[in-house]
Amino acid sequence: MPDFCYQPSDFSGRRGAPGGRGAGNSCPGGNCPGRPAGKRRLPPPQRSRAPDSLEKVRVRDTDWEGVRLHVVTGKGGTGKTTVAAALALALATGGRRVLLIEVEGRQGIAQVFDCPPLPYGERKVAVAPGTTTRPGGGEVYALAADPEAALLEYLEMFYNLRHAGTALTRLGVVDFATTIAPGVRDVLLTGKAVEAARRKDAGGYRYDAVVMDAPPTGQIGRFLNVTAEISGLARVGPIRAHAETVRKVISSPATAVHFVTLLEEMPVQETLDGVAELTGLGLQPGGIIINMVQPPLSLPADQLRATAHGAVDTAELAAGLKAAGIDDDGRLAADLATELITQAQTVTAAKAQRRRLAGARQPRYDLPLIPYGMDLAGLYRLAAALREQGAA
Amino acid sequence: MTAVPPPLDVDGLLRDRRTRIIVCCGSGGVGKTTTAAALGLRAAAQHGRNVVVLTVDPARRLAQSMGLTSLDNTPRPVPGASGPGGGSLHAMMLDMKRTFDEIVEQHADPDRAEQILANPFYQSLSSGFSGTQEYMAMEKLGQLRRSDTWDLIVVDTPPSRSALDFLDAPQRLSRFLDGKLLRLLTAPAKVGGRAYLRVLNAGFGMVTGVLTKILGAQVLRDVQTFVSALDTMFGGFRERADYTYQLLRAPGTSFLVIAAPEPDALREASYFVERLADEGMPLAGLVLNRVHELPAARLSAARSLAAAETLQAADDGAQDGAGGHALAVAALRLHAGRMELAASERRLAEHFTAAHPDIPVVRIPAQPEDVHDLDGLAAIGESFLRA
Repeated sequence: MPDFCYQPSDFSGRRGAPGGRGAGNSCPGGNCPGRPAGKRRLPPPQRSRAPDSLEKVRVRDTDWEGVRLHVVTGKGGTGKTTVAAALALALATGGRRVLLIEVEGRQGIAQVFDCPPLPYGERKVAVAPGTTTRPGGGEVYALAADPEAALLEYLEMFYNLRHAGTALTRLGVVDFATTIAPGVRDVLLTGKAVEAARRKDAGGYRYDAVVMDAPPTGQIGRFLNVTAEISGLARVGPIRAHAETVRKVISSPATAVHFVTLLEEMPVQETLDGVAELTGLGLQPGGIIINMVQPPLSLPADQLRATAHGAVDTAELAAGLKAAGIDDDGRLAADLATELITQAQTVTAAKAQRRRLAGARQPRYDLPLIPYGMDLAGLYRLAAALREQGAA
Repeated sequence: MTAVPPPLDVDGLLRDRRTRIIVCCGSGGVGKTTTAAALGLRAAAQHGRNVVVLTVDPARRLAQSMGLTSLDNTPRPVPGASGPGGGSLHAMMLDMKRTFDEIVEQHADPDRAEQILANPFYQSLSSGFSGTQEYMAMEKLGQLRRSDTWDLIVVDTPPSRSALDFLDAPQRLSRFLDGKLLRLLTAPAKVGGRAYLRVLNAGFGMVTGVLTKILGAQVLRDVQTFVSALDTMFGGFRERADYTYQLLRAPGTSFLVIAAPEPDALREASYFVERLADEGMPLAGLVLNRVHELPAARLSAARSLAAAETLQAADDGAQDGAGGHALAVAALRLHAGRMELAASERRLAEHFTAAHPDIPVVRIPAQPEDVHDLDGLAAIGESFLRA
């Protein structure tokens, strides 16, 4: 794990090796009632093993302590939006407040949380469970960031120009600035996420963390590299200055870019390319989240290898079926053998892809395949898996 | 009651000489490029068509399997793609900047073209604008069609933010380039007359004021220079966009919507089907990729899991590994899990067909490994036949 990923500025937190921690602190999969916002910030509980210690030691560390903006990318079809939502839930666990932002105008978050389309406004979409040490429930807010609305907001914030919005829209200026002028759209969207991550109210930061469901891996470098994109166009000027500010936050240790992948060749290649690209741009690649991991085949390694090559003892299978009282119509054992062979090939290919991912030297997390189809219960399961592995 | 969709006769579509263009569309990660390549190969090898496959950013090994090594905008023959049909297969990867440059070079005199190509605003537009790739893919399709060198063009649409971008982007770009805003911006340069300016004054002042505030004065100057240099091409962009749009609606064009049996992909597919119908675009049907079809499907998930548990219990109770049904336990557990997955895929497909009962569907079984050679592409082609 690269050391530059964290700056434990908000916490006196320790950091450990990724994964494998948090035993006993994993969140229950269920739903907890929310608590009043005023009670959100509980003092860090003391470690149970050292009850006399007055040190404020956090009981549980995560791999991304100090990260306030989590950018989630992934190749199409890897479940990027679902994973971003699960990460937001995981980060909200134990009484925290998290904002989940989508930027592609697809209303994917509303679909994941099974709620009506989101307006341009921050709405609460889910409550997160508590933990044994932090019993309060957390909250996930969501925002469908829209470049036009973000532009009008930007104009109002910096120039008090909102009243001009209608005229600008009619003349096509908004259209021009958000969809035609390259980079302007992206800097407005990333700018919105950065603004939310830095926003403060009376109790400190408004959100404990912001998760952005970002564009796919193939576009992520260009999307985040806002200054370069703008500088080709504007060497000086206000939008350039805004881009510089956004860039400062995006490239700081408070931001991590996570990659969602499957154990298949193309998504893995794009992940490796994306990690290299971000590193080259001076941005920080975060974790690699391997989605839809299939349960292993419970076969010894040598038998797995033989199976992948098509060698299955059909007679042994048939004997097993008979012992279990299943009527073999004469083909069943052979058909099951075919399924075994296909799966053994998939598993073998997945192992090779896992080895390639290890080359990127980023923390990796596994999320299980939910075979009955993704739903809210599945989302909480993924959130729990992320916490168990220290991703949140 | 379950809805059964009509079967999609892909071979019939490929065989029909009246089919001149096949557009593969769908959300990212559903196997669009692979499907486009498999269609092209099958049309050439089995049906004797002279095919070109236009791809945008294919996976490296798939590109290599088709003999493509770089973005070069030139259709390259695909080695080893011959078959009993005696057709030919070419493939090309789109270079969007090059395609844009070519349009400029074609329509402006050399001095002016040089001026445009060097303009910072043009450079951003031609390589950065989120719709440029879509626009140029459609432009390239128009060029390939006009050249009349191939009797079938298979297009793989770009991985857009939205699957619909390639329909909208050309219109959007041409609307901008021909639009009110640019006329406003260039008005002082073109007219110079004070009377005209006075009429525009209020609006123009505000617009340039705001754009200057957002972008800075230098960007605005670049845009104005670009637009006046582009002046001779005005109308050209809209004309071209209209031509491509009409081409997509013309007889001989067929759309295939590609999806995987996953909620997001099928939702996008639904949008797409509705949108194509609204636009009067000819939809041939849905290609459902990566379907898990199980040879032992007659054994239910529940039965399989129960049997696995029975055997496991017997094995656990037996002395010294006697019994030894490990292989059968592994097979039965796997089968139960796969059956659940297949059932959830089937439900998703049924939802789609319930909403769009007339859309023909072909199901392509999941491949154990990624396809990256012609044999793999041919195997996918075979499943068109079986379906």
